[in-house]
Amino acid sequence: MENNEHHEGEHPVNEHHGPEEGMIAHAHHPSYGVNIAVWIGLIGLTSITVAVAGINLGSLALSVALIIALVKSMFVVNFFMHVKFDSKIIKLCLGVCIVVFITMFVLTFFDLTFRY
Amino acid sequence: MNNNTDSAAEEIHEVHVHRDDFGSKMGLWLFLLTEILLFGGLFLLYAGYRFKYPEGFAAAASELDVLMGAVNTIVLLTSSLTVVLGIVALQKNKLKLSLFFLWCTVFCGIIFLVNKYFEWGAKFHHGIYPKGPKLQEMSEGEVMYFGLYYVMTGLHGLHIIIGLAFIGIVMYRMKKKVITSTNFQKLENAGLYWHIVDIIWIFLFPLLYLIH
Repeated sequence: MENNEHHEGEHPVNEHHGPEEGMIAHAHHPSYGVNIAVWIGLIGLTSITVAVAGINLGSLALSVALIIALVKSMFVVNFFMHVKFDSKIIKLCLGVCIVVFITMFVLTFFDLTFRY
Repeated sequence: MNNNTDSAAEEIHEVHVHRDDFGSKMGLWLFLLTEILLFGGLFLLYAGYRFKYPEGFAAAASELDVLMGAVNTIVLLTSSLTVVLGIVALQKNKLKLSLFFLWCTVFCGIIFLVNKYFEWGAKFHHGIYPKGPKLQEMSEGEVMYFGLYYVMTGLHGLHIIIGLAFIGIVMYRMKKKVITSTNFQKLENAGLYWHIVDIIWIFLFPLLYLIH
């Protein structure tokens, strides 16, 4: 709809990342629609998490809230931060960071559950 | 505005520009990972004390206004969307539209901070602050909860302020045509920072407001 010919003209260049072309970032099919859809999903999930908090789920409440928060952050990471379309090295770094965090968490809880 | 020869010339020119957008993004990502672990430490502390004082945490959390938290969540999610739309608009070479979207983000960020001000103000008014009359009557678990509440939301609020400054600088440089439709990595970096702040709130909201 708007100056597409400009962007299409660029795409053949960034299909094959040469050592030099890779340094310069190119737009990957920028689109408003997908992001707005993701936002609607995020608002929906927020409403669900607030509504679910009103119901007494007991010990499940925390897991449900955390699962919804995880799904929401995965939407933000993959679409808003476009990690989904990013290079493997960024995915790998993020993965390592999450594994480190989970390891710290699990080890702390091993300590806590056997201490009290 | 670009015919084929122009864009071809631009591409040839670009190859010789001394710029490393991927390095720039990678650097910001490494910084964001340290941010995740910084807040991660606080989440770990939260989890540990919540495990120790489940009743205290539930009682203290019921003092918080769920509606206020939910409104702030929606405000922050919307601000994240407008950053992304700002990036898309800039990539489509629509500077004015992009700046408009970024102003929306700044506006949402300020609304978030104003809400936080009223929330903290209400707590202070009720005597919930260090050495405050109400806090001193509370159980150990409740005191721990409010300690973590102030530290986590305070540190998060500080990140909002830094994020707003980051976006402000980028907007100024967009107006000066330093950041353009073919050189947008710094805007993307500001966006990435803003999104990580949003993600932290996505976890803070249920853990602080919705646990009773």
